[in-house]
Amino acid sequence: MPEAFEPKIVAFFCNWCTYLAADLAGTSRIKYAPNARVVRVMCSGRVDPQFVMDAFAKGADGVLIGGCHPGDCHYQEGNYKALRRVELLKRLLRQMGVEEERFRLEWISAAEGERVKIVIDDMVEKLRALGPRVPARRQEVA
Amino acid sequence: MKPKVAFYWCASCGGCEEAVVDLDEEILNVVNAVDIVFWPVALDFKRRDVEAMPDGSILASFINGAIRNSEQREMAETLRAKSQVVVAFGSCAQLGGIPGLANLFDAKEILQEVYGDGVRPQMVHRENGHSLSLPEFFDTVLALDRVIGVDYYLPGCPPTPKIIAGALHALLGADLPPKGAVLAPDHALCEQCPRKDTRPEKLVLKEFKRPHQMIADQQTCLLAQGLACLGPGTRAGCEALCPQGNMPCTGCFGPTSRVRDFGAKALSAIASVIDGNTEAEIARALDAVPDPAGTFYRYSLPSSLLGRRRMG
Ligand code: SF4
Ligand code: SF4
Repeated sequence: MPEAFEPKIVAFFCNWCTYLAADLAGTSRIKYAPNARVVRVMCSGRVDPQFVMDAFAKGADGVLIGGCHPGDCHYQEGNYKALRRVELLKRLLRQMGVEEERFRLEWISAAEGERVKIVIDDMVEKLRALGPRVPARRQEVA
Repeated sequence: MKPKVAFYWCASCGGCEEAVVDLDEEILNVVNAVDIVFWPVALDFKRRDVEAMPDGSILASFINGAIRNSEQREMAETLRAKSQVVVAFGSCAQLGGIPGLANLFDAKEILQEVYGDGVRPQMVHRENGHSLSLPEFFDTVLALDRVIGVDYYLPGCPPTPKIIAGALHALLGADLPPKGAVLAPDHALCEQCPRKDTRPEKLVLKEFKRPHQMIADQQTCLLAQGLACLGPGTRAGCEALCPQGNMPCTGCFGPTSRVRDFGAKALSAIASVIDGNTEAEIARALDAVPDPAGTFYRYSLPSSLLGRRRMG
């Protein structure tokens, strides 16, 4: 039997909500799939689309951005900024042949440790079904 | 002895060659100052003439166009060996350019689109013991620096006469710019735009418009009028040619040195002016950007972080 494919997820979590939620999940001993490499950012609005492209270019199977719920951003507007970018970026990624299951934005407050588990487990399952992603650069001929 | 220079084209439209001719009287100064040893578009030299030159004997080769087949790669490699300095001339050589949009497809899809189920070009043709072969057509269009070392970059589709003249002076002068330099100012185009004072500090738009849907005011910032002008994310140097012609910048001068992926950054700049906090409001604003890849990577898909659409 070949080993089960373990997708790599790069997760950008905001300092004030989703990162705390992931912390809470840990201290509450909630078990979730170990596939996400969490990168703490001050705000989901700090996630430059270049970071997302870079993650995919370097071989991530999925990218997850976690921020505070609408209206709850520590910096007032950052999560809306993230949403506007993500909506446009999703359209671009579709054209680049990146399936939509691979890129996700989720609002997860500091109290929602359980939700971190639900989102990551769900994403891992979907990425497993999709299979590994070959970074486009490795497909070049020359 | 005058320094030797060469001009060559790869996957390009001919506009960059035209740009050299557009130097007007300046071209005469260039011709007086240098010895043009290879320029297939204008002068009758053959590939074997270049191959016969000693390595490093050409001061500078100006190569325009992207690399999309094996012949172009071979010529680029030959010119690299013969030249002290290689300049990527124009958007296609620098970033992949318009031909680079072919990276949204692969060779098979493109051949199918062009030839359908009709007669296909034969890769090798034999006749009376002789054989002729066509170059290999790549799946992926590449910027010049993906196949050879590049010393300098001249941005633009095509580079403007001022940018070209500036580069020639820099290369013929005593102080060479640092290797790897893009020979154009390292700040955003807006700073050169005559409309810049009308660009609001904080700009929000409920919707974008496409240029054919409106007659833009001649003075006001085009982005403020709802056109997706890429000036805020594009390198200066052209002196805002398109806004001066009442058209939004489409980004041909590429990124400044602080940006790795032009399209991702330009996308970010456009997304940031959307006035909308829900998916539905944002989607409405984005109706006038129906082709994000073609809009943001119009000149730079091959040099983007992803480089191409996933194949297969
Ligand atoms: S018209 Fe375009 S280049 Fe000119 S100031 Fe506005 S955004 Fe910048
Ligand atoms: S305005 Fe933009 S698209 Fe037009 S020439 Fe200048 S950089 Fe290129």
